[in-house]
Amino acid sequence: MSLDHSPVHHGPAHHSSVRPEDLVEHDRVQTPLYEDAALFEQEMEKIFAHSWVFVAHGSEVPEKGSFILSWVGQQPVIVVRDRKGDINVLVNRCRHRAATVCEVKKGKTSSFQCPYHGWGYGLDGSLRGVPYPEQYGKDFDKSALGMKALRVESYQNMIFATLDDGIEPLVDFLGPAKKWIDLFMKQGGGYPVKVLGEHQFTVPMNWKIQLENTTDAYHFPVVHKSFIQSLDKEAEATFNFFDKAGFVEDLGNGHSVAVMIPELIDLDENLDDPIPERFEELAQALRDEGFDEPRVRKIVRATGGAGFNLNLFPNVSLSLAFFRVLRPVGVKETAIRHVCLGMDGGPAAANRMRIRLQEHFQGPMGFGTPDDAEVWERVQRGTLGGKDLPILVNRGLVDEVPGVDGPRGHLSAETGMRASYQMWKRMMAQ
Amino acid sequence: MNGITTVDRDVDLQELAAFVWREADILDRCDYDAWLALWTEDGHYIVPIGKGENYEDQVNVCYDDAKMRKMRVERFQQGFSISSAPPADTVRTVSRFVLQGATGDEILLNCAEHVVENKFGRQRIYAANLTYTLVRTGSGLRIRNKVARLLNSDGELTAFSYLF
Repeated sequence: MSLDHSPVHHGPAHHSSVRPEDLVEHDRVQTPLYEDAALFEQEMEKIFAHSWVFVAHGSEVPEKGSFILSWVGQQPVIVVRDRKGDINVLVNRCRHRAATVCEVKKGKTSSFQCPYHGWGYGLDGSLRGVPYPEQYGKDFDKSALGMKALRVESYQNMIFATLDDGIEPLVDFLGPAKKWIDLFMKQGGGYPVKVLGEHQFTVPMNWKIQLENTTDAYHFPVVHKSFIQSLDKEAEATFNFFDKAGFVEDLGNGHSVAVMIPELIDLDENLDDPIPERFEELAQALRDEGFDEPRVRKIVRATGGAGFNLNLFPNVSLSLAFFRVLRPVGVKETAIRHVCLGMDGGPAAANRMRIRLQEHFQGPMGFGTPDDAEVWERVQRGTLGGKDLPILVNRGLVDEVPGVDGPRGHLSAETGMRASYQMWKRMMAQ
Repeated sequence: MNGITTVDRDVDLQELAAFVWREADILDRCDYDAWLALWTEDGHYIVPIGKGENYEDQVNVCYDDAKMRKMRVERFQQGFSISSAPPADTVRTVSRFVLQGATGDEILLNCAEHVVENKFGRQRIYAANLTYTLVRTGSGLRIRNKVARLLNSDGELTAFSYLF
């Protein structure tokens, strides 16, 4: 099998006859993983067409008829809540001549109509009618020409879809990651978690450079030094992860968790801890609104988010206080959503603070994201040289121990990357 | 004028344009201390997402009061931010000035901005509608609010190491 169809080979690594699974060892992966276009095409088929892919949060389609555009790998889909309240994920393509039936990013509708020849579809994707059906004859079977619908399952209102009807149920795929999702959602502070908005940007990098990042705590004090310096002393101490008893653990199926702030694993615990100074103004605002002290403490604690990053293979992370969703655009282009979460029906002051915290770090002009984007692009640029050199993911093997659900390493260990790449290897070998 | 929006005949569009051009030059030269000095203490520098105008309760690309503006500039200047050391080079033009009105001490001005950035030899183009709330002070014009609404602000942007 050829992994490199380009006529020129730039180094000694000649990949023809190399199987994808041979490019991944436990402690290292090979450069083509970041830059081989043929390998990327195989990933879209072997991984993104056979995984549970995160498409939206339920709060983004709150009512019957609510929809939002999303992606499964490179395929555009519509996530829509139908008249029965069920979520459908439909490939955004008319069954007639392929035009997208919707280009509105988000909204509410009673049906989808193709703009080209007027084929009309229901919210469940069924073909309702076509103009001048007589010319299709009596055998025209509308029931066989609905929009392509994907298998859909949800966990904690996170909606996942798959193109594969044969893979395991979502809850089995998530496995031990489920309990971390449960913990993460406690930042609703007693309210349902709701999407408040998002930052979106693209980076000229392979999608796996992002996949590696969310449980890579090793980079944080280096890349995000300027963010940490912008915090007050107390918050700075909170973000000095390596002073604490954090860890990173392989949760199986490519998933991993990095616990950076152990005291914030369970937001319902330690409610008697002193309120950090930067949350004091919010606490007082909540007291002034009439919340009793236990509620104030619960909401304030939830406002800061969870103390861990959970990476779910292949395309979504639950990171401190937001979702990070990746979309492979091309072998060297990846789109990212940083989805801001808040408390549905919760106090406006708390949601405002969550939004301000999100803007502080995330997005195209955050104090964190531009530096992440710079180093990710630098990885992609660096792989132009020394194609025979491996990418090392061996950090922390020396003192890795068995954890609750899988190998557990020092917080700065590359245990999460090893988890992802072992799953990559398993799926690419199929 | 007592709160009634009218175009003040004494407002000179050329003077406003010259002020905005000076700011554009300051931003292209990354002279951020000079940029901070163009502001009053009470307003916001906002790069919003989408068409909404309830900036306080929506997620923006940035929503900076005086404190955040100062922190943002410190981040640019301290040399620890890899995306700012060095930042992308920019060349911008500002044009299509339209005076929206003058109320009390405030002057509302709309204009168009085109920014070309260069990083790694790769050039990207961004366009934004700018809305200024300017105030006349004893030491000249100052910015109270500035909203830079980028084209495709609710779509996929790229990381920025400069200001609009």
